[in-house]
Amino acid sequence: MHSKNIRNFCIIAHIDHGKSTLADRILELTDTVELREMEDQLLDNMDIERERGITIKARAVRLTYHSDSGEDYIFNLIDTPGHVDFNYEVSRSLAACEGAILIVDASQGIEAQTLANTYLAIEHDLEVLPVINKIDLPSADPERACSEVENVIGIPAMDAPRISAKMGTNIKEVLERVVTDIPAPSGDENAPLKALIFDSYYDQYKGVIIYVRIKEGHLKAGDTIRLMAAGAQFQTVEVGYMGAKDLVPVGELHAGEVGYIAASIKDIGDTRVGDTVTNAAEPCSEALPGYKKVNPMVYCGIYPADGAKYGDLRDALEKLMLNDASLSFEPETSIALGFGFRCGFLGLLHMEIIQERLEREYNLDLITTAPSVIYKVNLTNGETVFIDNPTNYPDTGTIASAEEPVVNAHIYTPSEFVGNIMELCQDRRGSFKDMKYIDENRVDLHYVLPLNEIVYDFFDALKSRTKGYASFDYEMKGYEPSRLVKLDVLLNGEIVDALSFIVHEEKAYSRGRRLTEKLKENIPRQLFEVPVQAAIGGKIIARETIKALRKDVLAKCYGGDITRKKKLLEKQKEGKKRMRQLGSVSVPQEAFMSVLKLDD
Amino acid sequence: MTGIYIHIPFCIRKCPYCDFYSLPSDSGTREEYTEALIKNILMYKGRNISADTVYFGGGTPSLLSVSQVERIISACAEAFMLDDPEITVECNPDSTDREKLSGYRQAGVNRISFGIQSAQDCELGFLGRPHSFSQARQAVYDAFKAGFENISGDVMLGLAGQTYVSLRDTLDKLCKMPLSHISAYMLKIEEGTPFDCERVKNSVAGEDELCEMYLQTVEFLEDRGFKQYEISNFARDNKISRHNMKYWRCCEYLGFGASAHSFFEGKRFYCPSGVGEYICGGAQKNVILEEAPDRTQEYIMLGLRLSEGVKLEKLCALAGEDFSRKFIQRSRILEQNGLCRIRDGAVSLTPRGFLVSNSIICQLADS
Repeated sequence: MHSKNIRNFCIIAHIDHGKSTLADRILELTDTVELREMEDQLLDNMDIERERGITIKARAVRLTYHSDSGEDYIFNLIDTPGHVDFNYEVSRSLAACEGAILIVDASQGIEAQTLANTYLAIEHDLEVLPVINKIDLPSADPERACSEVENVIGIPAMDAPRISAKMGTNIKEVLERVVTDIPAPSGDENAPLKALIFDSYYDQYKGVIIYVRIKEGHLKAGDTIRLMAAGAQFQTVEVGYMGAKDLVPVGELHAGEVGYIAASIKDIGDTRVGDTVTNAAEPCSEALPGYKKVNPMVYCGIYPADGAKYGDLRDALEKLMLNDASLSFEPETSIALGFGFRCGFLGLLHMEIIQERLEREYNLDLITTAPSVIYKVNLTNGETVFIDNPTNYPDTGTIASAEEPVVNAHIYTPSEFVGNIMELCQDRRGSFKDMKYIDENRVDLHYVLPLNEIVYDFFDALKSRTKGYASFDYEMKGYEPSRLVKLDVLLNGEIVDALSFIVHEEKAYSRGRRLTEKLKENIPRQLFEVPVQAAIGGKIIARETIKALRKDVLAKCYGGDITRKKKLLEKQKEGKKRMRQLGSVSVPQEAFMSVLKLDD
Repeated sequence: MTGIYIHIPFCIRKCPYCDFYSLPSDSGTREEYTEALIKNILMYKGRNISADTVYFGGGTPSLLSVSQVERIISACAEAFMLDDPEITVECNPDSTDREKLSGYRQAGVNRISFGIQSAQDCELGFLGRPHSFSQARQAVYDAFKAGFENISGDVMLGLAGQTYVSLRDTLDKLCKMPLSHISAYMLKIEEGTPFDCERVKNSVAGEDELCEMYLQTVEFLEDRGFKQYEISNFARDNKISRHNMKYWRCCEYLGFGASAHSFFEGKRFYCPSGVGEYICGGAQKNVILEEAPDRTQEYIMLGLRLSEGVKLEKLCALAGEDFSRKFIQRSRILEQNGLCRIRDGAVSLTPRGFLVSNSIICQLADS
């Protein structure tokens, strides 16, 4: 098919605004998936995605559309995540497209993250096609949503299709508009091969599968390809496109197309998302610009609950990194937890998702330490160090000054919640910058907030204070001086390195108190009394005591039924195995987790 | 030497705290059940098995007539080589009288265990016991007069309405009776029993209070000459329950009757049948629970229930020197905290240690 009949596009939407549902409807309408195979939200094929109702990984699918004009079109639909943590994934998808469908909820209007992603699309020179969804809701106000798009984003929207993805209303109109509004890909089919890697994953049988957008030239099975940044060469075994459920091999991929390459690549380190694929025999002169490298903003330690699974954890992280280039990790050791990894994430949701994927897809039991941001510490000797692990925080005596990362945060909210949000932001040491009305009922609140105040549970707190109506987006602003202290936790008089964290001086006492209380709740009684203390530089600021266990006995052995008693003890022993032995204290996984949720 | 356990799963009515298998019965069922037991026991005839204890447990074994008990004992004597046997019948004060007790005595029974539970009638009412304390006291004296020198009484700790004062009064009254043995159990709310409800859970003693009651009971009974020999068991003049000791010392025992458990020739097994099935020949259907139980684990788990404790020489023979060394190391930490004693080549738990024996066993069995 000629490239003028190809349309590559993605869908931008806020969580719950109906992106995956629209994608499903499009698949249906183009007969890409037979109805009996339809499952709700087909593109979200990770369990976690379906459960949480969000898209984590970008995903691509090819469909054929028979348009009203009588011509057939190939659509490459690239699904994108909506959450701010996954901006990186979004920009990967955008680079493979010429256009984007922007879904706006007719009852809720534009949200902060949608805006961020739309700007990203405009930055990538994408044609943005607004679509107003959920017109079936009684509270829908499509006119208002359209004028919001025009006022806030600044693109024409009055003729935007008004649809209901759920009911299947006006989906056809969207497809026609894709044909007319979104440009066909350009790119010389006869030039040397130049293809952008926008995703990859490991297949047990085929090795690494790379998803590419062919920008120029063509590629067929048997060609020897070169990955330009990695400098590695491979012989292509198979090329093809992504069907809704399976990969479909084809003879050749041409400029403008989106497809996959299998080349028996075993070393996952060779394929980097953003790298350029070219033909080894006839290479292109220069690589595509690739992606802006994203830097992790949040770090935490991840340890296998069972120390023997360290190797498994490493393998799992390597595989995950392959299709999540924004994840970073390096080995670290903890006195309390043994061997593990310091992992970097784009945000807290990203961190949770990775943990969950490790546990589910790789069947690992994990212990995670409190998330930390990167602090900048200026030492008295003139040196500056960056600290992402509280354990490495320098002694107070050697610190001249400390700085912490701050972000520009925008909160979109119905105006009635402004008071609640200001209270929250003040509590989180935020400084108010600006407040703008988006329309008569909604405002954009601009705050500068320390990142370490939002990595914990800011999003949850925001949702609960605004009945779920507020949305939130942030970007790094830089570093600001701060009075920081390192808070240590002592169990039975010994510091547990994995529980240390860095906190603003003003918050140290309340956090220390809360933490010792939480630990007391989460650590079961032991055979001896165990003091739990929080300390700053050797000075105890909070103390709780886990009382000694008093009663744990089977008083009676009925009629010689020993096995019943044995089973109980076996169960108890199993439970004990899942705990970490710190000196003479057994600490369950949950205790390490409790540090993460100090504010509930 | 083997122990013989006879399970009598009949009760006049079910006590609301009990989760043991038992049901109401008529005299016809009891007779058929007795016959089935005898048939089952006689299967062991000719195998030259020596036994020195026979224990009728329940349920309420005292629902059996003198003749039924006598015939079962005769069957045991026919099937096994009985050697100076201790023969116990668990009795409820309300289902015995002097005549029955005399009959039991003449049939060869030499030990009676009474479910007394409390000397306070209001506490007995809470437990749903069908007898008063004076009935229980009468039953004990009847047994004594019938010639029993080895009488045991059960008491329960942690009952609704029970105070330290009422508990001491109960213990005092028991000590003044002709009892040679006392079992003191902490009330445990079993899942699925009528007691498994908020109302009851809120009315019984809290954990700390219950523990304190237990410690006071141990002290009180020791003062009165009842030496603690197991978590819940105390004996005067060394009249310990020889039968129960078989469980705790990992000795063999054969259980007869519906749902009875056995440990015989190295295997742990039990009879899964209900009464009806048992009567129709269900005795044949034993289910093996463990083919070759881990002897070290069992020795630790059961040995630590006893005041004599785990003997290091035996542990060493079972599990090797490394294990024993670690076992002692861990025990030392417990000893520093007053939870166990290491004395005369044995590790044994203190009363406070008994209270947390499950956790201690888990720790030490992993040595």
